[in-house]
Amino acid sequence: MSGHVHKDYAGAKFGMWLFLFTEVLLFGGLFILYSVYLSRYPEEFISAGQELNVWFGGGNTLVLLTSSLFVAISITALRRGAKRLCLGLLGATIVCAAIFMVNKYFEWSVKIDHGIYPGSAHLKEMQPGEMVFFNLYYLTTGLHGIHVVIGALILAWAMILIKSDKVNANDWVVLENAGLYWHLVDLIWIFIFPLYYLILH
Amino acid sequence: MSEMTAPATGDRGFFDEAKYPGIFGWIFSTDHKRIGLLYFWCIFFFFCVGVLLGLLIRLELFAPGETIMGAQTYNAVFTLHGVIMIFLFIIPGIPAAFGNLILPIQIGARDVAFPKLNLFSWWLYITGAALAVTSLFTGGGPPDTGWTFYVPFSAQTSTNVSLAATAVFILGFSSILTGLNFVTTVHRLRAEGMGWFRLPLFTWALYSTAWVQILATPVIGITVALLFAERVIGTGLFDPTQGGDPIMFQHLFWIYSHPAVYIMVLPGMGVVSDIIPVFSRKPAFGYKAILISSLAIAFAGSLVWAHHMFTSGISDLAVMIFSFLTFIVAIPSAIKVFNWLATMYQGSILLDPPMLFALSFILLFTIGGLTGLVLGSAATDVHVHDTYFVVGHFHFVMFGGTGMAFFAAMHYWLPMIYGRMYDKTVATVAWGVMMIGFLILYISMKVVGMQGMPRRYYDYVPEFTGLNQLATVGSWILAVGLILLFANIIRGLFWGDPIAANPWGSASLEWQVSSPPPTENFGKDPVVTHGPYDYKEAGIL
Repeated sequence: MSGHVHKDYAGAKFGMWLFLFTEVLLFGGLFILYSVYLSRYPEEFISAGQELNVWFGGGNTLVLLTSSLFVAISITALRRGAKRLCLGLLGATIVCAAIFMVNKYFEWSVKIDHGIYPGSAHLKEMQPGEMVFFNLYYLTTGLHGIHVVIGALILAWAMILIKSDKVNANDWVVLENAGLYWHLVDLIWIFIFPLYYLILH
Repeated sequence: MSEMTAPATGDRGFFDEAKYPGIFGWIFSTDHKRIGLLYFWCIFFFFCVGVLLGLLIRLELFAPGETIMGAQTYNAVFTLHGVIMIFLFIIPGIPAAFGNLILPIQIGARDVAFPKLNLFSWWLYITGAALAVTSLFTGGGPPDTGWTFYVPFSAQTSTNVSLAATAVFILGFSSILTGLNFVTTVHRLRAEGMGWFRLPLFTWALYSTAWVQILATPVIGITVALLFAERVIGTGLFDPTQGGDPIMFQHLFWIYSHPAVYIMVLPGMGVVSDIIPVFSRKPAFGYKAILISSLAIAFAGSLVWAHHMFTSGISDLAVMIFSFLTFIVAIPSAIKVFNWLATMYQGSILLDPPMLFALSFILLFTIGGLTGLVLGSAATDVHVHDTYFVVGHFHFVMFGGTGMAFFAAMHYWLPMIYGRMYDKTVATVAWGVMMIGFLILYISMKVVGMQGMPRRYYDYVPEFTGLNQLATVGSWILAVGLILLFANIIRGLFWGDPIAANPWGSASLEWQVSSPPPTENFGKDPVVTHGPYDYKEAGIL
């Protein structure tokens, strides 16, 4: 590197990748707990896992994967100067995020209606492994849901910058970093989905 | 020596160039030197608060039974002492204050890679600190769990643990962002000619530390977040009545908090590695060995967390593996010590204050490190676990190591930042008084711990009275030394004599700028032609 660079794209992306690494480690703590408790209570995890609806989880997986595709195309669109297309795709991504959260709301509502939520009397009558499973389920999907909302807000912020041409065909690293964050949100779900919805069935 | 002369009277470099008036020129500045000084004075303030609390603890232990406070107050005071010293002083101490002040200049950059993010980190630090202080006076009273927040007690106590956990989460976020900033800065903003093997060892140490900050801190984030969830919505992941396991909390806690020990000590080692060559008038011996050992400590230090849990009920096999791994960390630490000694060997040693503090680092860190092996070895650990021996051990490493390195950095670099010098004689006297107090205080703790006095009690059996009183007297001597030290350096920095550039005769880049440095450090981007310890090439020797 020589001297002072005002816009260091490689540096900005490098920093973003480091940050994404810390996010992976944040969720890593929850995945460690999952693996330890799964090996301790295998049967009870399976019986609790049957309660989760694979269609809710599968639908949300589809929604998130599609949204990641939209983000990826939107970056290429901006680089080729198709500003309107880019904004439209980002809007579609945020709609996907909303669909995901609404879907999650109904999924959680069904569970809560059955009296299954952290600290509930019904949950405390269950087997120890089942209690751990549902507590972990709420914490992991809850933390992921918070990240979906944050990711959507970041994309909305990128849209504002694109609208005012502060982010444009020649200066698009903000959008690329926002997109990287969105892909991370997607990636974490790719691990949550099989661990909670598929392998225990 | 450099031919540069003192700056014209009134040229105060970056002090003169504020973007906003008054205090806003500081708290909204993205200049790494201004942010570094903000950190420095905040950290300095919290250190003084922490010392006061420590003195209160020692005063309570002057005699058996209740001396000046009851059990509950004592629990709150030692928790607060720990939280302030760990999260507000030692962890951010050298990286956030001196890293910000020095690292960009050392590698020939005008600022860090993300200046706005840097300012944001400071705001997070202040927010976290404010929440930690608020937790004392709100909710169910000050937290009484100790700084480790062990469950199940921390999940059940009615004191304000939730807010303190939030504060730790925010402080951790601040630490992550600083680490991320430094790693990117070192990768992207080195000046022309500043190859990886021309980086000063302080920069190497900060670089290694920054990786640990990035890789370990998220784990404490999720741990305290889970503790928060356990308290607020009753998720019970660590609660045996809900199938949880309290030991898992300890694992997650120490997966961060043991590497955090290296976040605390590695930058201190970097300070010492930079000071010793300058005051020995010799290039650093084993430059590559020192930098590789920094990386090795960062790596191996991440694999030893369970040595804090030998008595917690982990399997014998795990105890043996973690005990073995712990011994491995001693190797790179010893490599550093030997290289420092070899650097001094046959050098023309100058005993200026920075060198004195660097030397006490070596002495005290070695004692602390060796007593650490007593704890790392499972058989002896069972005997002294949770006694005052442990307290003595980590004060030797943390205060005797990192604390002394912090003082060394203060006396080494702050004159450059402020362009003024303190009184060296007073600094030397203060150092001597401090060392006497330090040794009396913490050696007494180790001995009384060997005799079996447990930690974290406000009371003890009468047999331990003599050594406890000796320790308390030591704490008073230490306090006198600290007051002298701080009064002298504050007087020097604000009202001392102006200095010429490069007063110590260093060959590294941060001393080649005028003092105080101008806002963007370098008028023209520097081109580096020699290493940081090549005194002959730099024309100093």
